[in-house]
Parts: sequence; structure tokens; C-alpha cells
Amino acid sequence: MTGSILAMGGVGVTLVLGVLRLLHVAHGDMLAFGTYAGLGFVAVFGNNLVLGTVGAIFATALLAVALDYVLWRPLRQKQAGLVSLLLASIGLALVLRHVIFWVAGAPPRQYPIDLLAVFELGPVRLSQGQAIALPVAAISILLVGWLFARTNAGKRIRALSDDLSLAAVAGIDVNNTIVLIWAVSGALAGLAGVLQGLVQNSFNPNLGFQLLLPIFAAVILGGIGSVYGALVGGLILGLTMELSTWEVLLGGVPPNYKQVVAFAVLIVMLIIRPQGLFGKVRLR
Amino acid sequence: MSALFDAGFWSFVAVTAGVFTIMSLGLQLQFGYAGLLNFGHVAFMAIGGYTMAILVVKLGVSLWLAALIALLAAVPFSLLLGLPTLRLRGDYLAMTTLAFSEIVRFVAVNEEGLTGGSQGTINLAGVGTAASYNQEWLDVIETLRGWLEPLLGELASRDFTMMLVVWAVAILAILVIQHLVRSPWGRVLKAIREEEDAAAVLGKNVFWYKQQALAIGAVLGALAGLFHAFQFSFFSPADFVPLVTFFAWMIIILGGTARNWGVPLGAIIFSILFAGTRFLDFAPFSLLESDERAYLRMIIIGMVLMVLMVFRPQGILGKREEMVLE
Repeated sequence: MTGSILAMGGVGVTLVLGVLRLLHVAHGDMLAFGTYAGLGFVAVFGNNLVLGTVGAIFATALLAVALDYVLWRPLRQKQAGLVSLLLASIGLALVLRHVIFWVAGAPPRQYPIDLLAVFELGPVRLSQGQAIALPVAAISILLVGWLFARTNAGKRIRALSDDLSLAAVAGIDVNNTIVLIWAVSGALAGLAGVLQGLVQNSFNPNLGFQLLLPIFAAVILGGIGSVYGALVGGLILGLTMELSTWEVLLGGVPPNYKQVVAFAVLIVMLIIRPQGLFGKVRLR
Repeated sequence: MSALFDAGFWSFVAVTAGVFTIMSLGLQLQFGYAGLLNFGHVAFMAIGGYTMAILVVKLGVSLWLAALIALLAAVPFSLLLGLPTLRLRGDYLAMTTLAFSEIVRFVAVNEEGLTGGSQGTINLAGVGTAASYNQEWLDVIETLRGWLEPLLGELASRDFTMMLVVWAVAILAILVIQHLVRSPWGRVLKAIREEEDAAAVLGKNVFWYKQQALAIGAVLGALAGLFHAFQFSFFSPADFVPLVTFFAWMIIILGGTARNWGVPLGAIIFSILFAGTRFLDFAPFSLLESDERAYLRMIIIGMVLMVLMVFRPQGILGKREEMVLE
């Protein structure tokens, strides 16, 4: 569950990092934007979760594309370096998060679902939010994988993230594809945000930032720039985080340290295999 | 508008600026001169503050000895961080250091027996007894204040005295770093920043130089953590969120990378910006609740960061050529 959310967030981060050389610190807050946009749309459409989710996906994708026009494109034209992009992203993260705080308020919010309902699936107990999010996440992950593998747009994006100049020489419209990348990254962030909101039951605007480092860890696990790597990396990391608290495994770590497991995976991966599980060795 | 003319308030702002100057100076050495993307700098502040407070409260060590040990403790932690990670590429280093600072913070939150947990140092001696670690410091400040009072009268508040001490230390630190970066050692650092391979070919141990820059910066971070702890008499893990590291980055970028005197400039501008939203108490801002004004402050800071990156990434005093373009 956590895994599929990390996977969807990870695809967005890995694309942006691989193609634009931008470590997108604001991506967590894009997820939070999705969560809250979903909350808004659900209310607008009379508590219809499906329409609300669709609205959140479109709104977040639109925001991501708009930000490309006003912020990232000017920075690209000035050939801004890694550091400039990173700091601009931090600035964006601060603005996004606190606009959400301002508009939605700091107290915990929740989607209109029954928080007490429990579904039993064999030995597994799911809350209503989890029961909704699980199939949606599974289908979306398969769909995303299929889109990247089969469609023309998916191939263009992968070509760009593989080798930007080679893709440009091969006649791929780089600027259009970058807009497409932002749209995909934003749409997935919107969906992941809604799902996280459902799974977490109640949330505040910090939920996005709390997911950021685990998402980074998923990206590193899969290898930067690799879409499938991020998908698999997210799933593995989510599973690892959940299993790490399981007592059968060496007593497990205390639940408080679940997040630290993600950080530790990130650091250990970078040290022993910085190219990721599926990445190629690259010289710089 | 009353606070606008209140010397006590501005002394407090100046103390904050001084603490940020010391902290950011460490980052300036690491990034501005050595080109290291340290996004976990706040961890060293936490390590400094907690080491001192734990030694004083739990082991009864004298404040001064504890402070010295706290500064030195930053070095092994910087080795712990640096040895495995300094060979990494820039963006990877940024992620690892950020994760490192979050691990430090999580440990501070969860190891209640050691750190007092999420409630902070007030629980250092166990829940129920309010622990205090800085009595010796307050005594010294009070003595200094006593000396200043005949000269300055009412102006000589506690914060004012603290401000003088913090800034004296900050300026001293700047002079030391200034001396360091102009030495042969500093020239090697800059060479590494510009062209790592070339420096290596000339027989310089690139890795070791980076590690030294990281360690010295870490000690400055710990020093800032000490002053933070002294000033507030109490601190908690919430004081060491990644946001503080981002503030330090904003400060060195504002002032200009590889410009030591840019650091205090950036810190002062930042602190005024940070404190300044208090004065937005005229219409339409007077309609806002205090928490809304706090959000507005962060939104302004984020905006400044983005606008700065688009229009003047080298900062106020910086040179474009020295902005590391990796």
C-alpha cells in the first residue's frame, strides 16, 4: 500500500531528476496539493470520491505544467545548475505547503469515509480507506507500467530520460515532452496524494513532506531515471518499511523508527550501489 | 507598531541573526568553498545542543567543559557522515545528508531516556522535573550585563548582552574562516570545487580535504547549536527540522556563495524578513490571524528563494563564476 504510493511519487521524481537534473524537493508538497485538491473536489461533487480523485489528478497535473512555464522553463533557459534548481524547488515547497496550510488550516482533515469500518480479507484487516486505495493503486501501477511500455508518449519520455541529447537528435520534440513529463509527474502526484489521504485516515498539510525522503529512497533503490526502477523500488521499499516493524523478523524495529528504515535504505543504497538495483553504471 | 521601536525585540532578532551567521558560516565553508551539497547541516546544531545539555543535566559536567566536548563531538559525527558519502555525486550527497539530519532528529524524538523525547530538554532529568542546563551561562551574561548597565542604562537587557557575545563570536569565526580560505589549504579547497580531477592529479587528497571542510563546518554548526540552547534555555527536536538547513542555504545564497562577509549580510536580511512579518499589522494584514501571518512569512521566504534563483542566483555579493554549476 505504502509501496504503491511511493512508487507513483517515485516515477514523478525520477523522471524530473533524470531528464531535468532537478532534485524535486517540492514533490512531496505536490502530493499534499493532490490530497487537498481531492478533498475540495470531493466536497464539490457531493462526496463523490471518484470524481474528486479525477479532479485532484487533473488539478495537480495542471499545476505541475503551469509551474514549468513560470518557474522551470526560465531556469532552464538560464542554464541554472543543480544547486539553483534545488533551492528554487525548496522555495516552491515552502510556498505550496504554507498556501495549503493557509487555505485548508492546520487541524487534521479526513476524506468522507467511514473511519471505523474494517474489512477482513483472510488474515489481513483493512480500513475502508485502505480497502478503496488498494485496488486503485494496484490498477494504476499496472496502467502506468503499460503506458510507459506501449504508448508513443511513454516511449518518448523514456527516450528523453535515457539520453536527452540523443533523443533530441532522433527528432523528439524535447520541449513538448518535458511538458508531458510534468503532466505525468503531476497526475501521479495527485493520485498518490489522494490515496495517501485515504490510507492515513486523518492528515495535515505536512503529509507530503513526510513522504519526500521515502520517495527519494524509492527512486535511488530503482536507479535514477528509470521509470520501472522507481515503480519496483517504491513497492520494495514500502514492503520493507511495513515488514521492518514485524516482530517475527529479529523482533523488528519499533514502529516509531519506520521512517528511519527508509532513510537507512537510502543511505545504504547510495553507498553500496548508487546506480540502484536496476540502473546502469554511469560516469557522472 | 510598538515592537518596531523596541530595542529589546531587535536585540532578540540580532541574536537570532548571529546564531544563523555562525551556523551558515559552516555551510559556506562546505558549499561555497568546498562545493559540498550538505542539506543536513541542522543535524550538527542538534548534536551540539544535545551533547552539551545531556552532559550537564545527566552527568553534572560543568557547562564550559560540556560545551567544549559538544564542539568536539561534531567531528566524529562529521566523519560518520562524510566517510561513506563524500565520494557521492552532488544530488546524491544532498539526499544522503538530508536523510542523516532526519535520522538524528528521529533519534532525538524517540530516545526519550537520552534526549527527553519530543517534549525536549525539559524532560532530560525525567518527566516531572524541569531540567535546566544553562544556569552558569545566565550567570555570566548577568555579570556582563551588570558591567554594561552603567554605560548603557536600560538598553543593556539580557538579550542585548547576549547579542554582543554572539556577534563577537560570529565575527571572530568569520575572521578565522577568512584566514583559512586564503591559506594554501583554502586554495586547494577551491581548486577541488572547480575541478576535482585536476586537484587530484596535482597530488591533493581530494577526499580528505572535503572531509576536513565538512568537519570544520560541523563544529561551527555545533557552536550555533550551543548558542541556540543558551539563548532559549530549552529546546526540542522540533527546533532541528530540515527547514532550518534550508534557511541556512537561503542565507548563504542571499549573501553570495564563497563570500564570508555575505553570510552576516544574508543572516541579517533573513532575520529581518523572518521577524518583519510581525509588523504587517496594518490593513489588510491586520485582518489575518497570527498563524496566517506565520504562513504568509514562509510563503514570502519561499518566493524570495525562487525569485533569487531565477534573477540573481549568485546572491548579493557573489560572483557568477563561483556559483557551483554542477
